[in-house]
Amino acid sequence: MSDIASRVKAIIVDKLGVDENEVVTEASFTNDLGADSLDTVELIMEFEKEFDIQIPDDQAENISTVGQAVDYIEKAK
Amino acid sequence: MELKRVVVTGLGALTPIGNSISEYWEGLSTGKSGAAPITYFDTEHFKTKFACEIKNFDTKDYFDRKEVRRLDKFAQYAMVASDEAIADSGIDLDTVDKYRVGVIWGAGIGGLETFQNEVLNFAKGDGTPRFNPFFIPKMIADIAPGNISIKHGFMGPNYTTVSACASSANAMIDALNTIRLGDSDIIVTGGSEAAVTQAGMGGFNAMHALSTRNDDPESASRPFDATRDGFVLGEGSGALILEEYEHAKARGAKIYAEVIGGGLSADAHHMTAPHPEGQGVIAVMKNCLKNSGLRPEDVDAINTHGTSTPLGDVAELKAIKEVFGDHAKNININSTKSMTGHLLGAAGAIEAIASILAMQNNLVPPTINHSTVDENIDAKLNLTLNKAQKRDVKVALSNTFGFGGHNACVAFKKYE
Repeated sequence: MSDIASRVKAIIVDKLGVDENEVVTEASFTNDLGADSLDTVELIMEFEKEFDIQIPDDQAENISTVGQAVDYIEKAK
Repeated sequence: MELKRVVVTGLGALTPIGNSISEYWEGLSTGKSGAAPITYFDTEHFKTKFACEIKNFDTKDYFDRKEVRRLDKFAQYAMVASDEAIADSGIDLDTVDKYRVGVIWGAGIGGLETFQNEVLNFAKGDGTPRFNPFFIPKMIADIAPGNISIKHGFMGPNYTTVSACASSANAMIDALNTIRLGDSDIIVTGGSEAAVTQAGMGGFNAMHALSTRNDDPESASRPFDATRDGFVLGEGSGALILEEYEHAKARGAKIYAEVIGGGLSADAHHMTAPHPEGQGVIAVMKNCLKNSGLRPEDVDAINTHGTSTPLGDVAELKAIKEVFGDHAKNININSTKSMTGHLLGAAGAIEAIASILAMQNNLVPPTINHSTVDENIDAKLNLTLNKAQKRDVKVALSNTFGFGGHNACVAFKKYE
């Protein structure tokens, strides 16, 4: 697993209180990991802080799975 | 339209002197102080360095990690106390008509710690508003009843009353009236507060409202004592299940007491200072007696607001003498804030519970820490000093007053 992927995973485990094994590439924040709309906003903010990037709202809307988050951050870095 | 009778069928408490109803009563009846040096933050620069914090409270015992992050302490306390009360009431959550069950809660401030920390975080940054999306929903004072309803599916009336330190008394009176009028069968009521933070201590210190007896925290809350020097900040929650009498009887519920009325009034005098002659307090007790169908001589016990401030305690006792006349000397008057400290918006709830438990146990909890007689207080009054007193309490009043001049008084009657 890439460094980015493992840091993304750690944030998700911490914020959503889910088990590490559940945080797979295809997992959807809302459908699989129990996030609601506020959790999702918080995750995006945590990604921005952790990786020192800006994720505009219209881009954030397209990030709904673990894999999509990792892809976006890899490109943005 | 005939008003319905309302009874108390469940209790819950998370207080500085006990984390459940049984522990709370143990503390009350034995005269335990909940005051101690503050553990939550460094008090080096604070005038007051002690408070009545909740003790041995581990969120892991009650919440998963995700829930903890979504709930300010005042909402966590609300969940814990209301869970105890709901379980105690024996309500069958599978069969009860949830449209007829509401939650009317009291909180004077709400999520002060959340507010403080989010603003501090913003101030440390470069001006970009990176507020946590949970900031507002964690902080607002009405989120406690919201979360209680979400957990249990209660779809009746749901809101928080805000009247500073009278908040949960207002909530109980609204709960009483909602059931009296036939609009709900059950209301989960009470209050919670968690203001032992830098902002809370600093703010109340700035008003010269708090005791600064740092060398002896346990004896600092000393209502009616001549050397009292301010209140001791407390935190926690009290919860009561109010239920329509026939509804409670039909399901064979345990009945603690009957709630027979409530009174409300305002001082219309000053933002924070009590009226020196207690005019609003006289009015609130008279309103409560009238609303409850009581004569002054029916009252056996009064749990006072009695915060241990120089002005407030004397004004309240003057008002009691004015309302009850000669009978005042027969009443067991006490202030359980001598033990719990002042729980602000939760005070009315935990003190109502103290009154109900006094009825149940035929024992009036004491006003502890009294040693020096205040010459401004009539020596004939029985202030239940230092030791609990045996008493068959048939009718008890609970007084609570808030900054802003809000006064509330609730009347309970022994269920026999």
